[in-house]
Amino acid sequence: MFANRIYFDNSAATRLDERVLDAMKPYFFENYAVATSEFAYSEGISAREALDDLRSVLATSLGANSDEFIFTSGNTESSNIALKGVALALGKKKGTHIITSKIEDFPVLHSARGLEKRGFQVTYLKVDSNGFVDLDQLRDALTDKTILVSIQHANQEIGTIQDIETIAHICKEKDVLYHTDATHTFTRVPLDVSNIPVDLVTVSAHTIHGPKGIGGLYIRKGTSVTKWMDGGFQEFDIRPGLENIPGAAGFAKAADLVTSEETLRLQAMRDRIIDRVLTEIPNTTLNGHRHKRLPQNANITFHFVEGESITLHLDMHGYAVSTGSACFSRSLESSHVIMGIGGDHERAHGSIRFTFGRYNTINEVDDIVGTLGEIVKELRKISPLGKEKMEESK
Amino acid sequence: MKFPYSDIVLEHFRHPRNVGQIEDADGKATEGSPSCGDMVSVYIKVDPDKKTISDIKFESYGCASNIATGSIITELAKGKTLDEAKKINWKTASDALGGLPKIKAHCSVLAVEGLRSAIQNYEERHGLVREKKPTTEEEIHKRLRKVMNPLSGLDIERTNLVKVVQLKDGTAHVMIDLPPDHQFSNSIKEEIKEKIEPLWDIKEVIVEFIT
Repeated sequence: MFANRIYFDNSAATRLDERVLDAMKPYFFENYAVATSEFAYSEGISAREALDDLRSVLATSLGANSDEFIFTSGNTESSNIALKGVALALGKKKGTHIITSKIEDFPVLHSARGLEKRGFQVTYLKVDSNGFVDLDQLRDALTDKTILVSIQHANQEIGTIQDIETIAHICKEKDVLYHTDATHTFTRVPLDVSNIPVDLVTVSAHTIHGPKGIGGLYIRKGTSVTKWMDGGFQEFDIRPGLENIPGAAGFAKAADLVTSEETLRLQAMRDRIIDRVLTEIPNTTLNGHRHKRLPQNANITFHFVEGESITLHLDMHGYAVSTGSACFSRSLESSHVIMGIGGDHERAHGSIRFTFGRYNTINEVDDIVGTLGEIVKELRKISPLGKEKMEESK
Repeated sequence: MKFPYSDIVLEHFRHPRNVGQIEDADGKATEGSPSCGDMVSVYIKVDPDKKTISDIKFESYGCASNIATGSIITELAKGKTLDEAKKINWKTASDALGGLPKIKAHCSVLAVEGLRSAIQNYEERHGLVREKKPTTEEEIHKRLRKVMNPLSGLDIERTNLVKVVQLKDGTAHVMIDLPPDHQFSNSIKEEIKEKIEPLWDIKEVIVEFIT
C-alpha cells in the first residue's frame, strides 16, 4: 500500500523488524499462557521463566538488576507511574513539590499538570535556546519539600540531549528522586544506571522497531512508588494486568538488534540533512543543539511558510514527516518545545521534524532535500511574509 | 494515498489562482497573523463605475485549507459587484471547494474575512466610511461569530459556547462554556483576543473558561 514511500517519522512510530516478529510469534501460538507462579502448570511456569529472561535482557541493557525493571503498555504509562506513583508515595510523607521542564513530552507534562490539580506544586524549568535545562534554576528550585525531579534524557521534537549525569547528581545531593524519560534515547544514547544515579527511567519499544503497546520503567531498588491502578499483583505489585509476553519478547529483541554501527548510520543521515538544508535553502534555522542531539533527529524551521503546507506537499511527493505547526496538532496549538526554546509562533509553525530509522537510506535523505527546496520556494512565493529578507538572500 | 482534503482543495493548494500583490490596489487588507498560525492578504482593483471587482490577488501564510480558500475566494469574487462579493461567506467558499474539514474552519475563514476587509478598506478610502462608534456588547457578539469552534466547524456563538459578554470601561469580559484545560481552550482564547482587541476603544480583553 505504501510502497515507494519514504518514512521520516521514526520518533512517532517505527516499522517492525521481521526478526522482532519472529521472536514474538512463539508467545502467540506455542506458549500463550499467563505467567503463573512456580507452583502452577507447565505452560505457566515456562511463560514465567520467559518473562523473567526478557526482563533481564532489558534491565541489563540499562545497567540495572532484573527486579528493577517493570513492563508497561508504553512510555505514556511508564511516565504516569513514575510521576503519580512517587507523588502518591511521598506526597503525605515528605512534600508536594515536583520539578520538571517546560519541554517535556506530554506523558510527563500532563501528569505534572494533573498532579497540580490535586494539590501538588510544580516548577516548570526554563530551557535555553538550544533546549538545555537551566541547571542553576534547578538547584534554586529544589527545596526540602521536593519529592521528584523529572527531566527528559532527550527531547522528542528538537532532539537536544540533557546533561542527565549532572542533573542526577544535583538531585542525589539533595536526596530527591530523579526520573528521566528516555523514550527517544533508549539503546541509541548510552544510559547506565549503575553509573548515573537516576532513580526512574521511562523506555519504550515503539521507537526502536519493536511493537507498539509495550514499554518499561526502571525503578531503582528502594524507590518509593505507590501502585495506583488496581488489579492483580503483577510486575512486583506495581503494574497490574495480564503480562504482555509477546510484546516483552519483541521489546527485548528490538533492544538487542540496535547496534552502534546503526546509530552511526542514522547520525550520518541526520548530519547530511542538516548540512545540506542549512546551506542550500535560505532562511532556515536548526532547532536544538547541533551536536548534543539525538542521532536520529533533525528539526529545521523554514521561515515564512507554514508546516502543514510543507508536510502535505511532501506527502504528495511520497514523504512522511511531522511539524510543530498548530495546524498539524490535535489541539491546534504550536509546539510547546519550539516556544520553550524561545521561538515564536512563526518558528514553530514552519518547523519540520525528520526522524530516521533502520529502513531509511542516505539516498532518501539526498532526495528529500531537493524536493524540499522546490516546495519551500513555491510556498514562499505565495507567502506575504519575509519578502524583504528573501530579496536580501537572492 | 489518503489525504485529509477534497480533490478541489488539493487542486487549489497545488495550483493556487491569483497569487501575488496588486501594486496600485484600490483596497487591501491582511487578516490573521503569524502568531495565530495563518495569515492572508487580499488586494482588489475596483471598477469605479460598475462597482465591480475587476482584479483580485491574494497571498497566504498558512496551511492547505487557508491557501485553497484564499484561491477560491479570488475566483468567486472576480467580476462580482462589491455588494455581491460581500455576501461570500465561509460556507460559500467551503461548498465551492467540495467541503473543508470542520477543524480547519478557523484557518479558512480568514480568507473570507480578508476579502470583506479589503472591500471595507476600499469603502473607507472612498468616503464611504462610517463614524467611529463606541463598541457595544452586541458588536462583540458579532465579532465572536467569527471565532470558530474547532469541535463543530461552526462559530462559538452559534454553538452556545459564549455564556457572558460584559463590557465596562474599555474592558471586554468574555466567558466561555469550556473547562480551562480543554483541548481547544488556548486556541479559542487566542482567537477571541485577536478579534476583539483591534476594536478602537477596547483596552483589555479577558477570556474566562467557566465550565
